[in-house]
Amino acid sequence: MSYFPLTKEDQAEMLETIGVEHFGQLLQAIPTEIRNPKIDLPPALSELEAQRWFQSLADLNATSKTHLSFLGAGCYEHFIPSIVRHVTGRGEFYTSYTPYQPEASQGTLQALFEYQGLMCELTGMDVANGSHYDGASALAESVLMGLHHTGRTKAVLCESVHPEFREVVKTYLTGTRFEIETTGFHPDFRTNLEELKKKLTADVACVAIQSPNFFGLVEDLTELETLVHQNGSLLILVSHPLSFGFYKSAMEWGADVACGEAQPLGISPSFGGPWLGYIAVTRALVRRIPGRLAGVTTDESGRRAFCLTLQAREQHIRREKASSNICTNQALCALAAAVYLASIGKKGIRRVAELNLERALYLRKAVGALKRVEAVTTGSVFNEFVVRFEKPVSAVNAALFEKGIIGGLDLVRYYPKLRNQMLVCATETKSKDDLDRFVSALKEVTA
Amino acid sequence: MEQSKLTTLGTQDSRLLFERSKRGKEAAMLPERAFPKEDLAANIPAKLLRKSEVDFPELSEPELVRYFVNLSKKNFSVDTHFYPLGSCTMKYNPKIHEDVAALSGFACVSPLQPEEEVQGVLRIFDDLAEALKQLTGMDAFTLQPAAGAHGELLGMMLARAYHASRGEKRRNVVLVPDSSHGTNPASAAQYGYEVVQVPSDERGRVCLAALEKLVSDRVACLMLTNPNTLGLFETDILKIRDLAHAKGALLYYDGANLNALLGTVRPGDMGFDIVHLNVHKTFTTPHGGGGPGAGPVGVVKALEPFLPKPVVRRNGTRYHLDYDRPNSIGKIRSFFGNTGILIRAYVYIRMLGLEGLRQASHDAVLAANYLRKKLSSAYLNPHNEYCMHEFVLSARDLAAEHHVHAHDIGKRLLDYGFHAPTVHFPLVVKEALMIEPTETESKETLDAFADAMLKILKEIEETPDLVRKAPHTMPIRRPNEVEAARKPILSSRDLKRDQSHNWSAHQP
Repeated sequence: MSYFPLTKEDQAEMLETIGVEHFGQLLQAIPTEIRNPKIDLPPALSELEAQRWFQSLADLNATSKTHLSFLGAGCYEHFIPSIVRHVTGRGEFYTSYTPYQPEASQGTLQALFEYQGLMCELTGMDVANGSHYDGASALAESVLMGLHHTGRTKAVLCESVHPEFREVVKTYLTGTRFEIETTGFHPDFRTNLEELKKKLTADVACVAIQSPNFFGLVEDLTELETLVHQNGSLLILVSHPLSFGFYKSAMEWGADVACGEAQPLGISPSFGGPWLGYIAVTRALVRRIPGRLAGVTTDESGRRAFCLTLQAREQHIRREKASSNICTNQALCALAAAVYLASIGKKGIRRVAELNLERALYLRKAVGALKRVEAVTTGSVFNEFVVRFEKPVSAVNAALFEKGIIGGLDLVRYYPKLRNQMLVCATETKSKDDLDRFVSALKEVTA
Repeated sequence: MEQSKLTTLGTQDSRLLFERSKRGKEAAMLPERAFPKEDLAANIPAKLLRKSEVDFPELSEPELVRYFVNLSKKNFSVDTHFYPLGSCTMKYNPKIHEDVAALSGFACVSPLQPEEEVQGVLRIFDDLAEALKQLTGMDAFTLQPAAGAHGELLGMMLARAYHASRGEKRRNVVLVPDSSHGTNPASAAQYGYEVVQVPSDERGRVCLAALEKLVSDRVACLMLTNPNTLGLFETDILKIRDLAHAKGALLYYDGANLNALLGTVRPGDMGFDIVHLNVHKTFTTPHGGGGPGAGPVGVVKALEPFLPKPVVRRNGTRYHLDYDRPNSIGKIRSFFGNTGILIRAYVYIRMLGLEGLRQASHDAVLAANYLRKKLSSAYLNPHNEYCMHEFVLSARDLAAEHHVHAHDIGKRLLDYGFHAPTVHFPLVVKEALMIEPTETESKETLDAFADAMLKILKEIEETPDLVRKAPHTMPIRRPNEVEAARKPILSSRDLKRDQSHNWSAHQP
């Protein structure tokens, strides 16, 4: 087998050095009655056969390359500069271990430090961690951080936070001593502040809101921030990270925690992962933030040196007293995001946000002008909005697919009451021609 | 002179992006505005707009490429170095894995597409789960957890849901051996369990007498790694199973060390009820400098109803996603988990087949025993018997006699071009050096490593400072970690504000 360098002669010599006659003697600690189970696996493939077989499976999937896609809803098709794949494809990065030996890991550590710094700039927050599994588990850990920091027992989630995120938070808290309350939204998708006020009791540790929310609406958080902080609770803001290139940063809104899914930052959709959860906090929460943190210090010669720091929060030092059990997470995805953000740069971050916004606004206007289509998200948006049809979205999407288009998300999947409503996404990957093609296709299939 | 010293790894230039930035430079070539006449800000309420500038660095693409490529050269990696890192299974990561995962038919698919559009990837999920069932002897799998520790957390949730469904809500204790990985107690505690440690005996195994006293009807589960972190198979595993099950406790398998056992013995046949795997260890998906990994979790039939949703179901040649699972604990991650990593693991299983996987485990065990034999006469080995895929030496005597510690030996190995073993773990061995060579190293590399270890022993006796102050050939000397934690500088912005340092970092 080509991955195994030991030859038959090597194996024989090694057994002799060890002082055994045959390999089986090394397994003597294993009870014989459970050894050598019957296992049924498909036969091994040669590399050529594997290439062909997996290509044939890949060909069974519809993609944003085979079809024109307007599907977002938490997974976004964004432009990825070639440099991202070439840097993350360096074996020195992707086949390295967690940087526990800083002297032999300065590359990974400095890159993580860059990522943290870039995320701090983007969100405006003081401290960003080195990565988390995904946006949903990043929110779950942020909620736990809020509960532990305040010593209170309840978390409030806005219903316009991504349903997958809310489900994960619920799973993390079910069976524990903590509780979750959900608070609703108005028909135009704004958070219902009257309802929230009633739920802001003294036991509320934190309130999690998403903006742009699941329906694409960018919310005015001025009053909400005051309410939450007057109650002594923490404000957790979930956002599409590129929206910060144009819209108010998490720090400017007064958030205590900014978190979410950083897949849009140079990471491919890949059917849901590997992605990148981000968590960024105020200085007050630095010793509670979960996950790795790269810091800078000096070495014994006085040179700048990078190392993992504040490890007293982590499981390999603190075991059951750790702030989180997280160990291996998404370092290579953080590297991808760092390369992406560095490549986009100072001018580009605003530009890319504007490109999303202008396309979404154009498309909303054009689609909303169609006879049997109505734009429902009418407020400020980033790259998504909801439209309503006179028939089920599943029928619209099936007809669009026939025309080579992957339509938006059918909202009944997560909100059974929102019938005939589609969440449409337009990022910078859509040219004016693409947008016009979608509009004319939609006109035909809704006629 | 310090600055002119040759380094074997990368450069000493540690300037950050902001220190290389120059106004007006750009890298990514973004499209022009499609609707340049639209005044976007005019259409949006001013209070929603960002006020502060995003102070990102400004560099051109060639400069960025050189920056990041030079950074990469400051790393050890499996592609460049031997990594005998115990319990981490740092084996070769086949290149075809990267190519398959990058196919647009996998990379450019949204998890929100309808199931009829994603039959290829659903088939891989189903086939991978089936292969994992076969290899572990478990009845059902979820692929959702994003890492081993994430799988452990899920395991804790499953244990609670299972016991609760039987009206057993008093079970709030999780037992972990004192030799366990740190994630085991951390995962149990994170989910609100009381963690109780089970001592090891002089054989380096779970102390049966102690376990018998600790197992009670308050215990939800016992978490075990097998082979354990000393690289020893828990010989009494069937007795342990009986002890746990007799009191109604579940048995949890931490799959970190499964690389020793593929095709030889299965956790399911040992009596485990819940199993997590680290595909970035056993199934050689790359570590990525700390992820992404994936941590599939397998269970016995009785726990299947509680697995996260959705599950993939096959109906003839069509694959469906089943969300109708009333007893499911819910979701531990959005969508389906780290699909791209799971695909790599499945490519590995298909390329090797059963015989290849068995050979991987056998060669891993052979390599570990070979190094153990070569090193155990020179270094102290407190449990010197046939090991599985790893073994643990102790620098206890060297620390007492020469004031050279396990981590010093690890750092000196870097100078010889070998990554350090796992040091000061497991906690049951003082001054531990935990060595896992894996099956993908040649005999010549194993010999060279053993030689380096023996040379270091000599250095400890003759020139101990050489070892105590190691490494000498890396881009940096030992960092001051105390200072880093006392006054955390965690971003470029922190660094710009920090005036207390007189950095000698700038060596273009």
